[in-house]
Amino acid sequence: MSETLDHIASAARTDAPPAIMLDKVNKWFGALHVLRDVSLNVALGERVVVCGPSGSGKSTMIRCINRLETHQEGLIKVNGIELSDDLKALDDIRREVGMVFQSFNLFPHLTILENCTLAPIWVRRMPKKEAEELAMEYLTRVRIPEQAKKYPGQLSGGQQQRVAIARALCMKPKIMLFDEPTSALDPEMIKEVLDTMVSLAETGMTMICVTHEMGFARQVADRVVFMDRGEIVEVGAPTQLFENPQTERLKTFLSQILRGH
Amino acid sequence: MSDITLNAAAKVAEAAPRSAPITQIGFVGWLRANLFSGWLSTAVTLLLAYLIVRWAIGFVDWAFVNAVWSVPNNQTQACRDLRGTGACWAVVTEKHRFILFGTYPYDQHWRPALCIALFVGLYIVSAMRRFWRKELALIWVAVLAVIGVLMWGGVLGMPYVPQERWGGLVITLILATFGLALAFPLAILVALGRRSQLPAIKAICVLYVELIRGVPLISLLFMASVMFPLFLPEGMNIDKLLRAQLAIILFAGAYLAEVVRGGLQSLSKGQYEAADALGLSYWQKTGFIILPQALRLVIPPLVNTFIGFFKDTSLVLIIGIFDLLTAGKTAIIEPAWQGFGIEVYLTVGAIYFIFCFAMSKYSQGLEAELNRHRRH
Repeated sequence: MSETLDHIASAARTDAPPAIMLDKVNKWFGALHVLRDVSLNVALGERVVVCGPSGSGKSTMIRCINRLETHQEGLIKVNGIELSDDLKALDDIRREVGMVFQSFNLFPHLTILENCTLAPIWVRRMPKKEAEELAMEYLTRVRIPEQAKKYPGQLSGGQQQRVAIARALCMKPKIMLFDEPTSALDPEMIKEVLDTMVSLAETGMTMICVTHEMGFARQVADRVVFMDRGEIVEVGAPTQLFENPQTERLKTFLSQILRGH
Repeated sequence: MSDITLNAAAKVAEAAPRSAPITQIGFVGWLRANLFSGWLSTAVTLLLAYLIVRWAIGFVDWAFVNAVWSVPNNQTQACRDLRGTGACWAVVTEKHRFILFGTYPYDQHWRPALCIALFVGLYIVSAMRRFWRKELALIWVAVLAVIGVLMWGGVLGMPYVPQERWGGLVITLILATFGLALAFPLAILVALGRRSQLPAIKAICVLYVELIRGVPLISLLFMASVMFPLFLPEGMNIDKLLRAQLAIILFAGAYLAEVVRGGLQSLSKGQYEAADALGLSYWQKTGFIILPQALRLVIPPLVNTFIGFFKDTSLVLIIGIFDLLTAGKTAIIEPAWQGFGIEVYLTVGAIYFIFCFAMSKYSQGLEAELNRHRRH
């Protein structure tokens, strides 16, 4: 591991093995080198925000963590299990890792409740009644229990994204991945989703979140990772990174973000 | 006090919305907009109305007023005297059992009749959503087995009837029901296989679809009836109906597979990814997320193909199987009844129409019901 990235490992707050470990991960889309020697350790309970210009590889990185994308070089371990072609290992990992997408990806032909109970019933083999109680508990936590019988198409974008969060939580994951969860939302709905994510962070969930919401990053992130052109350029506490950027690339990015807001 | 109320009321009445002029809305408005919007449109409307009424009167005269409904002992002279002015439904009255049951032994006609009733009952039960449970598959197997026993006989005191003597509507229903019931699951597997990441499976599915689609059904039926037996070992014989049935299943399977594949392609990648991210296995993902959405989207083209194949079963006439159409055609070969093709073909057409129209109507209802979640 390169020396510049050693501080990442030391940032972990416990001696326990990291929840997520990426070591020199490389990935190409055809000839395009989208991840270049990406190394990152995330400790259990840590909240990491990933930011960077579009096309910087941040979504690809978190999609590699639950193998929606496959990496071609390097090592990824989740909860100590190595990601490989071993399907059993993949099942174990996906059971532990929840994911929330930019475009919600709720199942439109199932009710909100069915969206939340499908995976617990069939993957976790939970009795239906228990799964429904659990789903109602999480729907209450994201403050939309009254929508349980509706279909996703009848809900607003913000409500759909909160259902997507509840759906992922119903699998009782140890790690949550958020891939630009607020980017597809109207401005007035962004807050309700961010509030849900803040309260989730307060429960001590391990989270990796790709987002441009700098306010959210300041409020909950233990560390912020800045990526550009497939590389991790800077890593640090939010205040350190936002107020004292070390590289030109981050300075440029921050000025663009601030101008945009 | 009363003055004030009166004034207020008057004011409200003034502002109250008026209904649109009678000439613009309702039936009158519709007539004006669609039939009499200008002198040309008025002329066309009147001309067509005249033609339709004339034709309808002529048809009613021919089909009902002047028609002969029965004649004694094949004395068709009464019918022949009416040529051109009245229908000779007597041919249908006389030959209806032949059209429905073909050359099946006359005293055993109750067996194919019961089979037709069983088929129709099976369709109705399967059409009702509240019966969509696992048990329905068992009911299908049971009913189809009962139909086999009834048709062949040889047990329970029913004399054995060889397949060569089966015919009429029941053959059409057998070919269509078994054909589509088996082609549909085959089509789903092939459609999934075409999207498989395993190159061998993908290649087999592509090859199957392209080969079958590349030849006409007629040539496939010929192959099944003439060439296929040549490849069988000496003394082994698969019955002709079964061979035709297999050809229809394979043919329909290829077409339906492409329809299903269209549905699979219309789903967004996000649906697959969300299912993967939740840890669902391939078959769970396919069964709970992908197929339910994909099949709903393709109900119209799917039913279109179903209806097409229901009628295409009539092509088996070229290999000498006695389906509904062939039975109708054969019924008027007898010299006494020659020349009454119109009446027989109208009847046969009406039977096909009833089944196809029922499928069409049902699919419209199903589509509306299953896609309710898409309405906002």
